Amino acid sequence: MLADLTLVAQIAVKSSVAVLLAGLGEVLAERSGIFNLGQEGMMLAGALAGFAAGAVSGDPWLALGAAMLAGMLLAGLHALFTVGLGADQVLSGLAVALLGSGITGFLGRNWISRPGLRLGAWDVPVLAGIPVLGDIFFRQPPLAYAAYVLLPLVCWVLYRTRAGLCIRAAGENAQAADAAGAPVRLTRTLCTLTGGAFSGLAGAYLSLSYTPGWKDGMTAGQGFIAIAMVIFATWRPQRVAAGALLFGGLSALQFYFQVAGLDLAPVWVLRILPYVLTLAVLVAANVLGPLKRLARAPADLGRPFFRE
Amino acid sequence: MIRLVPRHDQGARHGPAARGGLWALALALVLALVSGAMAFSLLGADFLQAYAAMASGALGSAQARMDVLLKAGPLTLTGLAVALCCRLKHWNIGAEGQFVLGAVGAGLLGLRLLPDAGPWLLLPGCLLAGALFGALWAAVPALLRTRCGVNEILSTLLLNYVAIIFMEHLYFGPWRDPAGFGFPGTAELPAAAWLPLWPGTRLHLGLALALLCALLLWLAQERTRYGFQCRVLGQSPEAARYAGFRVDRITLVSFLFSGALAGLAGACEVLGAQHRLQDGLASGFGFDGIIVAFLARLHPLGVPAAALFLAVILVGGDQLQTALGLPGAVVRILEAALLFGVLAGDWLAGRRLVVGSREADHAG
Repeated sequence: MLADLTLVAQIAVKSSVAVLLAGLGEVLAERSGIFNLGQEGMMLAGALAGFAAGAVSGDPWLALGAAMLAGMLLAGLHALFTVGLGADQVLSGLAVALLGSGITGFLGRNWISRPGLRLGAWDVPVLAGIPVLGDIFFRQPPLAYAAYVLLPLVCWVLYRTRAGLCIRAAGENAQAADAAGAPVRLTRTLCTLTGGAFSGLAGAYLSLSYTPGWKDGMTAGQGFIAIAMVIFATWRPQRVAAGALLFGGLSALQFYFQVAGLDLAPVWVLRILPYVLTLAVLVAANVLGPLKRLARAPADLGRPFFRE
Repeated sequence: MIRLVPRHDQGARHGPAARGGLWALALALVLALVSGAMAFSLLGADFLQAYAAMASGALGSAQARMDVLLKAGPLTLTGLAVALCCRLKHWNIGAEGQFVLGAVGAGLLGLRLLPDAGPWLLLPGCLLAGALFGALWAAVPALLRTRCGVNEILSTLLLNYVAIIFMEHLYFGPWRDPAGFGFPGTAELPAAAWLPLWPGTRLHLGLALALLCALLLWLAQERTRYGFQCRVLGQSPEAARYAGFRVDRITLVSFLFSGALAGLAGACEVLGAQHRLQDGLASGFGFDGIIVAFLARLHPLGVPAAALFLAVILVGGDQLQTALGLPGAVVRILEAALLFGVLAGDWLAGRRLVVGSREADHAG
């Protein structure tokens, strides 16, 4: 029983990494005031770029670099339109999602079901030997460890540095931040770009580690789940991890039920569960008293900033 | 020196509403064509050849022109659905899910509840069931929005996945055609439920229904109290509240209408074209409705024209596959180019060209 539970927990962590990485990037962008609905497109771009670069060069660093660059390119387009032109962020984000899925569908047709680089599980020395916890957390693909590092890093930057103050100010009250001398538009652009790099990594995690290989539309809605998780997390990076684990846990249970042949719930119910649960969590975060106080979006989220 | 400076008479930067007018639309189309051409060139295709193939693929034969009209119907309805909510500054990204639920509603009545009824009962019944199911599916995010304050962008988006998975469950599972040799789809609906065809063609009544809906929605928006309240609410929620409008109820009603339109689109697609629930039914009409709505500047009478235009692109894009061997994903790139074109067009329409230095501008 314990072995089964450990296995499910291990798969849960493994299934949550992409959502966590993309969610962290989205937190950065949204805290600076830019809503990026294009996660799905940026993740797909990262997945294909990472897979193709890895397959050609065999170098994991090059693959990850290409994935981040691909994510940043699309994010740059979003920044150009939302920060530069003050365009509607929802429409621009949708266009980025469409563009990412279109371009990868176009360029990826020659990469479908081709062998390539794989970044399989890598046991962390010493730590992997810890009973249970080591199995769950430290026998994971390398990008999971990157996520472990990036999570506290994003928290630290956001809450403990001057840059973080700048980011939060740009998202809460852009006019005041500008008056205080903070470079609002630069901050928003950089945060959007960083978010794109994170999504690129998330995509590369999918195509190199989680389900190695390239498949058209392989993100299967995880980009949108990541956006939902950011709202679930009330724009706090540490809670994005909880949201991502929740998603990962559900995916793991679905997998476990299928493998173990348990018929506790029909497959379609398990398949809609992540979406329904995300919705339930959104409701809970808005309705429940103690959570309600915290469920407040950055005040200037979605508002373009121009100096008057 | 030539510079672009903001126009002060227009609020082009204040959001997605129809502000730039036809000038912005023309710019949008030009920009979309140019960026589409750039994308084609970057991807190693000859864009002139590609556009020519699309044009002849969509308009070159009677068969293709019929395909365009068949696609324009559902696109008009989903475009109206999105535009209706956007007028209130609410997003309905869930037209896809409402479309699917509309198809399920029509299927439920035609396949399960009343398969033996006559055409005078069954056809209107199926259409109504589709609209009702779509409306109910849209009521969920609307109520979550008005009662719990849940962001409707995310809830409508998430419910799309739920609707599609549910429909797949139906035609893979309990509704699967027992005589279908394992083919993932339901049995054919009884002929009494089919939409009548224009004699000698495949064109069904769905397009006429869609045009009628566009006209009715325009009348409702221009001539009724509800339409007036929607306009006020869209431009200033504070003013609407101050005037004592029941804001939550207007929002809910708008979402119900919106969902009903998308659901009707789904029902028409099943009753007019496919005659069964099957794989490929949820082919993105709901998402395309967003593009249609913004190409039409959210104007109900502009929606059919925008739908026709997008239908040409969709059908032409399909032809690229056979004519030039380009993958179908190209269509999504063109759709993105259209959206970016709309955004850039709005921005440009909100500025004017100034020749001269900064000082001259201030003096003038």
